[in-house]
Amino acid sequence: MVHEHSIEPATATVNRLSVRNIRKKFGSLEVLRGISLEAHDGDVISILGSSGSGKSTFLRCINLLEIADDGEIWVDGEHINMIKKHGRNVPASSKQVDHIRAELGMVFQSFNLWSHMTILQNVIEGPVHVLKRPRAECIAEAEALLEKVGIAEKRHAYPAHLSGGQQQRAAIARSLAMKPKVMLFDEPTSALDPELVGEVLRVMRSLAEEGMTMLVVTHEMNFARDVSNRVVFMREGQIDCTGAPAEMFSGESSPAFRQFIGNFRG
Amino acid sequence: MDFVFILQTMKTLLAAVPMTLALFFLSIFFGGLLALLIVWMRVAKNPILSNFAKGYIFVFRGSPLLIQMFLVFYGLGQFGFIRYSFLWPFLREPFVCAVLSLALCTAGYTAEIFRSGLRAVPVKEIEAARSIGMSGFLLVRRIIGPIAFRHALPAYSTEIVMMVKSTALASLVTVWEVTGVAQRLISQTYRTMEVFLCAAAIYLILNFVILQAMALLEHRLSQHRRAAPRLS
Repeated sequence: MVHEHSIEPATATVNRLSVRNIRKKFGSLEVLRGISLEAHDGDVISILGSSGSGKSTFLRCINLLEIADDGEIWVDGEHINMIKKHGRNVPASSKQVDHIRAELGMVFQSFNLWSHMTILQNVIEGPVHVLKRPRAECIAEAEALLEKVGIAEKRHAYPAHLSGGQQQRAAIARSLAMKPKVMLFDEPTSALDPELVGEVLRVMRSLAEEGMTMLVVTHEMNFARDVSNRVVFMREGQIDCTGAPAEMFSGESSPAFRQFIGNFRG
Repeated sequence: MDFVFILQTMKTLLAAVPMTLALFFLSIFFGGLLALLIVWMRVAKNPILSNFAKGYIFVFRGSPLLIQMFLVFYGLGQFGFIRYSFLWPFLREPFVCAVLSLALCTAGYTAEIFRSGLRAVPVKEIEAARSIGMSGFLLVRRIIGPIAFRHALPAYSTEIVMMVKSTALASLVTVWEVTGVAQRLISQTYRTMEVFLCAAAIYLILNFVILQAMALLEHRLSQHRRAAPRLS
């Protein structure tokens, strides 16, 4: 049976990411109540919202760490196949799940580096063992990436020996090593001491300037305003309003968003 | 002190060390493999598998190893379908029975030790692995297994030392390992003190070597938990 909305949208082929009408419930709590989003090549989309608005769940649904109960997702034009079980979506193929996840870079709030591996081992793990590429090639690329995020001298250190900011930059390098089509950032600076936030944001800014397609869940208003080309404001599991940062921050937005940024200005 | 006798005793007992080591290594090897299977069942979502594993662990940890060994050695022969099966040529061998019961028993303990290691693997590190497209056996082999093993290692080395000592029970099913040979010497010489002290010394030396090896392994596998090496 083919649903009307499961037909690939005409624009999906040019989109890095398309999401249609995602819904997610945890028990009786409706966390996502129908979210749709398109990300074109090079888009940097900041997702804002107060805690509990569903931002992180939305990101986790995209790379299938959570499975949305309903809705459609395309990654680089590829539709993620779902089958219905007890009225809920379940991925049709675990192989496709792995393949999609390999194409989406995910950066976590608390870095989630593998503690028993050095920084270099963390970065080459995916390319060597998931993509099955030659080790020497992966090491060369990993060293270039670590250079780029500014922690090349830490490549033989273990995660516990690094500061939070360095760990997060290593985690970004680990994601980049997979050569992802889209990078997802789940509050990448929220677990950092204030003086370490800047070094991570600088790396993210340079990625954006290189044309990486990025979805960033964040509380960094300056990043949202200055770096992203689109801001999405989520509220109670829905997109409350969205637009270019210039419009959004100059007041052409919803009352809820104005109140939200008002809270940040104190 | 009769040094000549002690030297002679040591020589006789040392000749039985290969048997003790064979019991030890084979039961640790097969017990370890079985433990992996049991722990896989124990953490499975299927209630039949996990309950079977729970039952297995309860039975083999809850009853004396000596009784388990007697049941395997004296008990199995009572059943015609075993006595007349192709397994019988193996199962009537005391050595096979001893290894079998040692392995079955250590598997119960080891499964619980491995499970405690599994529980210590941070969910976030598993999620990070999933997020780059790892799953199934690759995820277990590269991330979950190595982290769990590191957590389980201290408790596992205790189990290994226990196993060295447990091989002494095999003497009671007529396997001529160190303790069995010691008892035979005593029945010939009636010099309990010297012979058993020699036997105890041999077990101490074996365990000392094994514990050193385990400590070295632990040291090598826990670099990430020590302070960063100084660069200067």
